[in-house]
Amino acid sequence: MTEKYFGKPIKRLEDKFMLTGNVKYVDDIEVPGQLHAAFLRSDYAHARILKIDASEALKRPGVVAVYTADDFGDFWKPGPLQVPPPTAIPGSQFNARTLVPIAKDKIRYSGEVLAVVIAESRYIAEDAFDDIIVDVDPLPAVVDLEKGWENTSVLVHDDLPSNMAALVKQEVGNYEEAKKNADVVISKRMLIEHVAAAAMENRGFIASWDERNQEMTIWAGTQSPLTIRGSVSRALGLAESQIHVITPYIGGGFGPKVMTSLADDVLLPWISKQLKRPIKWIEDRRENFLATTSERDQVHHCEIALKKDGTILGFKDVFYHNTGAYDSYGMTVPLNTQTHTISNYRIPNFYSEIRMVFTNQMVVTPVRGAGRSEGIFAMERMVDFAAKELGISPIELRKKNLLRVDELPLNTGVIGQDFVVNILDSGDYLGNYEKCLEVIDYEKFRKEIQPKARKEGKRVGIGVVAFTEGTAVGPYEGCRITVSTSGKVTMTSGYSTQGQAHQTVFAQIIADQLNVKIEDVRVITGDTNQFAWGAGTFASRGAALVGAATYLAAQKVRAKIFSTASKKLEVPEDELELCEGSVCVKGQPETTIPLGTLAALANPMRGVVEPGVEPGLEATAYYGPPHGSTGCGAMGVIVSIDEETCKPVIERMVMVDDCGTMINPLIVDGQLQGGISMGIGNTLYERLVYDENGQLVTASFMDYLMPLATDMPKKLDIVHNHAESSLKVNPLGIKGVGEAGAIPPGPAIVQALEDAFQDTKLEILESNLSPSQIYEYLKKA
Amino acid sequence: MSNKLFPITVTVNGVEYKREVEARLLLSDFLRHDLGLLGTHVGCEHGICGACTILFDGGAVRSCLIFAVQANGHEIRTVESLGTPENLHPLQQSFHEKHALQCGFCTPGFLMTLVPFLEENPHPSDDEIREAIDGNICRCTGYEKIVEAVQDAAAKNSQAK
Ligand code: FES
Ligand code: FES
Repeated sequence: MTEKYFGKPIKRLEDKFMLTGNVKYVDDIEVPGQLHAAFLRSDYAHARILKIDASEALKRPGVVAVYTADDFGDFWKPGPLQVPPPTAIPGSQFNARTLVPIAKDKIRYSGEVLAVVIAESRYIAEDAFDDIIVDVDPLPAVVDLEKGWENTSVLVHDDLPSNMAALVKQEVGNYEEAKKNADVVISKRMLIEHVAAAAMENRGFIASWDERNQEMTIWAGTQSPLTIRGSVSRALGLAESQIHVITPYIGGGFGPKVMTSLADDVLLPWISKQLKRPIKWIEDRRENFLATTSERDQVHHCEIALKKDGTILGFKDVFYHNTGAYDSYGMTVPLNTQTHTISNYRIPNFYSEIRMVFTNQMVVTPVRGAGRSEGIFAMERMVDFAAKELGISPIELRKKNLLRVDELPLNTGVIGQDFVVNILDSGDYLGNYEKCLEVIDYEKFRKEIQPKARKEGKRVGIGVVAFTEGTAVGPYEGCRITVSTSGKVTMTSGYSTQGQAHQTVFAQIIADQLNVKIEDVRVITGDTNQFAWGAGTFASRGAALVGAATYLAAQKVRAKIFSTASKKLEVPEDELELCEGSVCVKGQPETTIPLGTLAALANPMRGVVEPGVEPGLEATAYYGPPHGSTGCGAMGVIVSIDEETCKPVIERMVMVDDCGTMINPLIVDGQLQGGISMGIGNTLYERLVYDENGQLVTASFMDYLMPLATDMPKKLDIVHNHAESSLKVNPLGIKGVGEAGAIPPGPAIVQALEDAFQDTKLEILESNLSPSQIYEYLKKA
Repeated sequence: MSNKLFPITVTVNGVEYKREVEARLLLSDFLRHDLGLLGTHVGCEHGICGACTILFDGGAVRSCLIFAVQANGHEIRTVESLGTPENLHPLQQSFHEKHALQCGFCTPGFLMTLVPFLEENPHPSDDEIREAIDGNICRCTGYEKIVEAVQDAAAKNSQAK
């Protein structure tokens, strides 16, 4: 196979339409006759509903209907568990309390939907909020995780004895025994703050019921089109074939758009069917902050046990995880935390306990990094504290304990989000770390740069950490490839796209396999009438799983191309080869037959298609890996900080990453850079703050600070350090890369900040630091 | 809230439009939903993200912070006035070549911020570019490649002269 496209920095096929405003996002879709929905949301985080009276709203000109929970009758019920409980983990306890589409009797978080107004315009629908009388009896709110776990006097779900959503313990070896042999045991409590995904496009949903054809068309900015098709079919008692979910262009996902069973995807199809009108809802930024899901927010109680020489004997972590008011998305996030905590180092004895807590806050589901960031942060911090305690450099301590190439693949014994035991399959963890030290020139920084800066009275520090990124988990994804009689090729997949360049990268695989021009390959993603199998866009699994399926389907089509051509030309298959857009006979380039002609021959209008042969130059393939693939790498940062203003500046950042084979290095770098900006934002700027009443006080971009162009590193180097073993993990040797960038900036930056103040007792125990927090820390140091 | 309508005349991308609008109609909604110019995006409606940036009498402004009635008698340019898919504007071309967009939602806002910036600063430094786009949020790219794209466009522009 000639690789004209695979592995090359091919420029994206989708760009020219996006750049000129010629693509449609969900709010760009106007369905004739559409009405607009607006959701009246609760101001209270926790309250009993006494009365909601919407009668006045109905009198307002332009208002078509108003619904509260009671108006939905039997249709109102708690939604499904989108992710099943972790029964694969022995002894796990999980209390399923799934999202309700609209609050009934009780409000459980600020922003929960109380009423739906349907009107001729969104402006009118929002005006009608003023007409709705909401009478509630406020209750104290569960906000603090540790207090919420202990205290049973305020319950998010009255029918449970406590606010425990789940309790999961996993142990490898025997930590308590190992601890007895330790020279040093360090315990710390650390906070991982709550952040938003904050895709630039908010969510949106259009439901359009066609009474005549008895069909529902849905346009949704979702990462889960097939999940929505399934849930709407169950809820409305329709066949899945009656529901067509289309994902238009989507302005970023980063996790929360995977969530379903929210007010929009449950109620709007029902309302559209009732009113026989298309209903459109476009989320605004405040709603996105209040009620679309978010992540992080854990409290870790960690303990690390070591020998004097720095050998890690064991690690213990009991952590509280905020699931918000409901737990429909299961335990994906905290399980990721568990697996990632021991994913870098040799940890013979490990105990990890998840205490998942219901709170009066928005629901928590994965956000880029998705539990991985938290596990890596906890472990990296503890290694730093251990290094200080032992008087060993944090670099040497890491080098000593990082897994060696010959220790992989390693079965860690910890079950992950995919309910499969985590396997660290491949990579050179120590090599990545050493590469990072070399590129950032650690020695020079220590010997020259830092001493010189100190002499000049400047504070500058360095941090170098290791990380992994669990990716490419099952269950499976698939696609279908079809060659048209025009010779153009179409690939369809249930996987939806939020900017990851699927239209280009999958076309690269196909264009090489079938030897066609990349411009002749059309990739359609996330349209349930085109392809209806798959799990959804999450966990950095597109390139690995859909990519592998694409490769496998292309191989099948390729075989069909040769068999059809062989028959037609009466030449054995091994004497044929693919020329661009056609098949030709080796050594006789003039004897060719175009792919389009072969496509027609493979689908004859008369004669016989032989038994066992499927018509058309078309094939479908699926790929499901036995376990995920673990990306790995290291990050180094040099941070300077002004002692007066406490504003940190990232002078230099080096990221070493191993994501296996790259389909397109341009896209990989883009993913890493984007992830890095999110990691920096999470560490230095972004923070969702709930007050003691459960009010989100950062529900706008004025309060929730996003990282901007001037906040990025002054110099950023990305180094690809792809180990041989990484190139064999699946048919194309691909690991995911979507979340890698977001994972290591936190621990790297705080390590560097502590290093800048190494003459003090500065000890950072949280993942997000504003200048004023740094100031507070320094006062204590 | 009175729904009295006000007549306005606005020139958008060289075309004069006469419409009657409610006083409270945002310019962003007017452009998108009344005129069907969907390239202008709305990410926050409170003036921070910059996705809705357009040129108002030549200057970059946020169309979510202006009412359509305030545009009466003014000239507006949106992303649709730059290039076409077949014939990209040089800055769009540089965005394409440097992979300066992923989901593309923020992109029209960046382009409309940068077009007047590059006219005034044909040879910007990286720091000047970063300052210029500091009012536009991009969640996907980490800004690195946007800065590269602007440098690329500036370099090609000076070669062309
Ligand atoms: S939509 Fe106008 S600045 Fe965000
Ligand atoms: S490209 Fe997605 S927000 Fe900028």
